[in-house]
Amino acid sequence: MELLTITRQLMRRGKVFDFLIPEPVQDSALDTTHGPILYLEDISVSFDGFRALNKLNLYIDEGELRCIIGPNGAGKTTMMDLITGKTKPDTGSVFFGQNIDLLKLDEPAIAQAGICRKFQKPTVFEQLPVFNNLELAMRTDKRVWSTLFAKLSGEQNDFIDETLETIGLKELSHQEAGSLSHGQKQWLEIGMLLMQQPKVLLVDEPVAGMTHQETERTAELLLALEGKHSVVVVEHDMEFVRSIARKVTVLHEGSVLAEGSMNEVQNNARVIEVYLGS
Amino acid sequence: MFITKILQDDLSGKIFLAVLAAVIMLVPLFNLLVPASSLFHLPTYTVTLFGKYLSYALLALAVDMVWGYCGILTLGHGAFFALGGYAMGMYLMRQIGDRGVYGNPVLPDFMLFLDWQELPWYWHGFDQFWFAIIMVVLAPGLLAYVFGWLAFRSRVTGVYLSIITQAMTYALLLAFFRNEMGFGGNNGLTDFKDILGFNLQSDNVRVIIFMMTAFALAGGYLACRVVVSSKLGRVVIALRDTESRTRFIGYKVELFKLWIFVFSAVMAGIAGALYVPQVGIINPGEFSPLNSIELVIWVAVGGRCTLYGAVVGAVLVNFGKSFFTAALPEVWLFALGALFILVTLFLPYGLVGLLRPKRRSV
Amino acid sequence: MKKKRSVWSSYLVKLFSLIIFISSLTFADNQISPEVKTRSEAAAHEKAASVFENLLNQFKEGDFSQKIAVIKQITRLNDKRTRLVFERLVHDRLFYAKDATQRIYSAETTPGGYRLTDVISGQNIGEVSQGSVAKIKINNRLRKTLRTSLAQLDMSVKDPDIRLKAVKSIGNVLNEDTVKFLRTILPTETDYDVRTAIKASLAMVDLHADDLNVRLEAIKSLSVTLDPEFNTELKELLEKDSAGNYLEQDPQIIEAATNAIKKIESRVSFYEHLQTLFFGLSLGSVLVLAAIGLAITFGVMGVINMAHGELIMLGAYTTYVVQLLMPNHIDIFLFIAIPAAFAVSGLFGILIERGVIRFLYGRPLETLLATFGISLLLQQLVRTVFSPLNRSVTTPSWMSGSLEINSVLTLTLNRLYIIGFTLLVFLMLLAVLKKTRLGLEVRAVAQNRSMAKAMGIKTEWVDAMTFGLGSGIAGVAGVALSQLTNVGPNLGQAYIIDSFMVVVFGGVGNLWGAMISGLSLGLANKFLEPYAGAVLAKILVLLFIILFIQKRPRGLFPQKGRAAEG
Repeated sequence: MELLTITRQLMRRGKVFDFLIPEPVQDSALDTTHGPILYLEDISVSFDGFRALNKLNLYIDEGELRCIIGPNGAGKTTMMDLITGKTKPDTGSVFFGQNIDLLKLDEPAIAQAGICRKFQKPTVFEQLPVFNNLELAMRTDKRVWSTLFAKLSGEQNDFIDETLETIGLKELSHQEAGSLSHGQKQWLEIGMLLMQQPKVLLVDEPVAGMTHQETERTAELLLALEGKHSVVVVEHDMEFVRSIARKVTVLHEGSVLAEGSMNEVQNNARVIEVYLGS
Repeated sequence: MFITKILQDDLSGKIFLAVLAAVIMLVPLFNLLVPASSLFHLPTYTVTLFGKYLSYALLALAVDMVWGYCGILTLGHGAFFALGGYAMGMYLMRQIGDRGVYGNPVLPDFMLFLDWQELPWYWHGFDQFWFAIIMVVLAPGLLAYVFGWLAFRSRVTGVYLSIITQAMTYALLLAFFRNEMGFGGNNGLTDFKDILGFNLQSDNVRVIIFMMTAFALAGGYLACRVVVSSKLGRVVIALRDTESRTRFIGYKVELFKLWIFVFSAVMAGIAGALYVPQVGIINPGEFSPLNSIELVIWVAVGGRCTLYGAVVGAVLVNFGKSFFTAALPEVWLFALGALFILVTLFLPYGLVGLLRPKRRSV
Repeated sequence: MKKKRSVWSSYLVKLFSLIIFISSLTFADNQISPEVKTRSEAAAHEKAASVFENLLNQFKEGDFSQKIAVIKQITRLNDKRTRLVFERLVHDRLFYAKDATQRIYSAETTPGGYRLTDVISGQNIGEVSQGSVAKIKINNRLRKTLRTSLAQLDMSVKDPDIRLKAVKSIGNVLNEDTVKFLRTILPTETDYDVRTAIKASLAMVDLHADDLNVRLEAIKSLSVTLDPEFNTELKELLEKDSAGNYLEQDPQIIEAATNAIKKIESRVSFYEHLQTLFFGLSLGSVLVLAAIGLAITFGVMGVINMAHGELIMLGAYTTYVVQLLMPNHIDIFLFIAIPAAFAVSGLFGILIERGVIRFLYGRPLETLLATFGISLLLQQLVRTVFSPLNRSVTTPSWMSGSLEINSVLTLTLNRLYIIGFTLLVFLMLLAVLKKTRLGLEVRAVAQNRSMAKAMGIKTEWVDAMTFGLGSGIAGVAGVALSQLTNVGPNLGQAYIIDSFMVVVFGGVGNLWGAMISGLSLGLANKFLEPYAGAVLAKILVLLFIILFIQKRPRGLFPQKGRAAEG
C-alpha cells in the first residue's frame, strides 16, 4: 500500500526530486535590510540535564557594539559556541542576516561567512611567527589546493603590515607567537580577527589579565571597530564595559534578564539582585 | 633551478641532498667499477642493504609528514607501505610467467597450489608495469582517503585515531594471512625473477634500483619541503597545535588532514614498491602493528618535524638493527625498547634536536 | 489476629516435625537391621548364592555360546559379586586354578606370576607362579554380552548419570534380550532423562514393528532426543528410491517422521545457538578481563599503556612459577597464583608509572611510545629469563572436564569458571572504586586533578595506586588466560589490540561500558564465526569498531557534559 503511494508520487508528472532542487546559495550577499545581523530566537541548550540556555532571544544590529554581562554559568560562552557552530541547540534558530541559517553550517563555513571569535583564553599559533599568524587568518581562499600554491600579493602584505600596526606588534612580527606576553597574545588574536574582515566579531573577555594601559588601548581598538563591524563583547570587568558600552545585555540562567544602556541596566532592580549585588 | 628555489632557506636540506647525490654517484662507482678484489669494492649485498635503508627513509619521511607536521600519530603506516609493496610484488609475480615450479604461464605458483583455475579479477592488469605503478600509488592512496575521510570528518583525534589506525593495519594483517584473499597467504609473494625484462639478481639492475630509490627519496624530500614551506605547511602546523583556532578562522581542518594523510600514504606506498624488488619478498608480516610502531620510533629518534631528521633516524635505527640482530640478537629488542623510552623521555626533538640551538619547550 | 495465626502455624510446624522425626526413626530401623529377616528369606538367599557359585564354575569349560547362556543366567541372579566377576572377565583377568580345587580367581600380573583373589569368598590368596593357573578364555562376542550385562547391572545403581550411560551402551547392542530387559525396567525407571533414553532405544526397534501405532509412538519418542544416531534412523525412514519415491509405504509414517526430524533439527539449532552463546560469553569475558585493567589506566587516568598486554603476560608467568613451586598442590595453586600475579603485575605497574609515565602526563602520544618500549623490554626479559618457548600451565582437576547438558550442548568447566571469575573481578573492582577511600580519591583525581590536590589528596600517590590497581588486574587476567592457552612471551601482544578495542568501543572511563562492550564483542565474534570463519569474523568486528568510532567517537557510553567535550 505504502509502496503504491510512493510509486504514484514518483510517477507524478510535475515531480521535482529533492536532489534536483539547487541548494540555496548560502554565501550570497548577506541580507540585513531589517536591521539586525544576528538573530537568536527561542534557543535552548542543555548539557546532561543542566540548561545552559533557556529560550534565549537575542538580536544584534549591524555595526553595533554590544556588551554582554552576567554571572558565571549564565550561558555567555555557550551562546558564543552556538553562534560559531561549536554547539548545536536543542531547539531554536540562529540566523546570520535574514538569509543564512547558521545551524546548517560548520565552524569553518561560519567563519568564512564573516563571524569571527576570540576565545576566553588567548589562542594563537604559538609555533608560528606573529606575521604568519596574521597571514593564516587573512580573508582569502582557504581551500587546500589554493593554500598549497598561495603567494602573498603586495596588497595582502600591506594589509598584514597595517594590522600589525593597529595591534602594536610591528616590531615583533618575526617572533614566535608563543613568546609573546599574555596581553600581546590577546591583541594578536584580535588582529587575527581583523585579518578576516568579519562582519561580526565575538570577543570573549578581551581584557582579562591586561594591565590598565593595555585595557585602555583595547577599549580604543574595539570602539574603532564600531560601525564597520558588529562587535559582541563578553566581559566581567564592569569598568571596562562602562567605558565602551552603548547597549548592554544581561544574561541570567540562560536567558536575557535585562537589556538597555549601562545606566538602565545598572538601576534595574532584578539585575542588582542577581548579579551586581548590593 | 626549481630545486634551488625550493631549498632557498633550507641549509640542512642542501646538505642532505648533497650527501644523497654523493651516494648516488659513489655507490655505483665502488660497486661496478672497482674490481671485486679491491679493498674499496662495495659488495652488491651492501648496495641492496643501503637501498633498503633508503626506502625505509622514504617511509620515515611519510610518517614525519603525518606525525611531525600534522600531529597525527599513525600506528598504521606500515599498511600503506605494504600495499605499495604488494602492488609491486604482484607485477613481479606475473613477470615470473611460466618459469615457476608448476610452469603455468598465467597463474602464480601459490594459486595452482590452492587449485585455482583462473586469475582472480584483481590480478588482471598486473602484467603491465605501468598498471602496477598506478596501483602502487592508487591502492594506498585510496585506502588512506577512505579511512581518513571517515576518521577526520567525525573528528576522531589523538590516541583514538592512533588506536584505530593500528586496528586498520591489524585487520589487513589478518586479511592478508588468509589464503582465500589471493595474495599468497602466509608466504606472501616471492621468488621474483626479473623486472621489465632485466634479471633482478644482476649487479647492474640492483645498482639501478638502488639509484632509483635514492632519487625517489630526493624527490620525496623535495615534495615534502614544497608542502611544508608553503602556506599549506603553516596551516598544518597551526592545526596540529591549535585545531579549534584553525577551524574558527575558516579552514576545513579535516580536509587538510585528509590530504596530508593521503599524500603521505602514497609516499609510503612508493617506498614499499621500491623495497620489494630489493628484498625479494613481500608477506603479511609487513602489516604487523609492531612494524608500524617501529616506524614512528625511527622518526622520533631522528627528530620529528625536520624531514631530514626522519631520514637520519630511519637509517641509523635500521643500521643498528642489522648490526645487533646479526651480532647479538637478544640485545636488539632490549635496545629497541630502551630507545623508545629514552628518546621520548630525554630527546623530544630527536638526535637532530641535539644539533640545533635549544628550543623553548612548549 | 495475625499474631494468633502465627502461633498456630508454629504449633503445626512442631507437630509435623515430630511426625517426620518418628517416621524417620522407624525407617532408619528398617535400614539398620537387614540381618533381621525371616528364616525362609535367608534360606533363599543362601540358595541363590550357591547357584551363583555353580554357574561361575561353568565358565571353565564349554564353548562360547554356552558361556553366553551362563552370563545371562548369572545376570538374572543379581548377586553382589556379579559385577566384579564380569569386570575381571571382560578385562581378561579371571583365572582358575589348575589344581583339584579348580577355584576361580581374579588375578593381577606381578613380575613372578599372579597375585590372586578368590572371587567367591573375596579372600586374598597371595602370589602364585604362572603355571599354576589358567585364564578363562573369552571372545569378542562374549565381551559384548558381558558389557551389556554390566550395563544392565548399572541400571540398578542410584546415580542417574551412570544409568543414563548404561542405557546408551545397552542401546548399542539391541537384541531380543536387551530389548526385553529395557522393556521391563522402563515402568520402574523414575529419572526423566533415563526414561527418554530407554524409550528412544526401544523406539529404534519399534520403528520397524508391524503395528502402525507402535511405529508412530516410536517416532514420537525419537523426536524428543538429540542424539545424531537416532536422527539418522529417522532419516533412513525417509529414504527415496532412484525414481524419487519414498521407500516407506505408509504416508502417516512419512509425515510423522518428517515432522519429528524438523522438531529435532530446530531443537538442535537452538542448543547450537546456546553453545555459541556460551563460547561468545566465554571469549567476551576473557576480553573483559584483559581490558578491564586498561579501562582503569586508560579510562580513568587517560594513560595509554601499550605494555598492558605484557602485564597480563607477567601474570600468566607468575602462575607458571607458582605451579612450579608447589607441584604437589595442583588443586589449590591457582588460589595462591591469583594474589601473587596481582602483586607482581601491580608492582611492575607501579614501577612503570613511577619510572616513566609520571614524566609524560599530558602527552598521550609520547606515553604510548614509551610504554610500547616497555612492552618490548618486558617481552625480551621474559624470553631471556624463561625461554622463547611456550610453557603450559596445568589445569586443576576441578577445572578440567565439562558439563554435558546434552549431545549438542557441552559447557567446558574452565570456561565456565572464567566467566564466573570475570564477574567476580568486575564486581570487586566496582566495589573498590565505589566504596573505598582509594576509589573515592581515584575518581576525584580523574574528575578534577587540581581541585583534588587542593583538597589535600596526594595525587601522585593516587596515580601510582590507580596504575598499580589496573596493572594488578591485568596480572589476574593473566592467571585466567594461563588456563586457556599456553603461556609465552607473545601472550600479551595477542590481547593488546583487542583490549583497546573493548575500551574504545565501550567508552573511555566507564567500567560498565568495558563490561558490556567486551561481552558483546565476544558474542559478535562467535556468532559471526559459523558464517565467516574465525579470521574473517575478527576482521569484520575490527572493521565494525573502526566504523563505529567514526559515528560515536566517544564509544557506547560516553562521559557526558561540557567538561568532557574539552
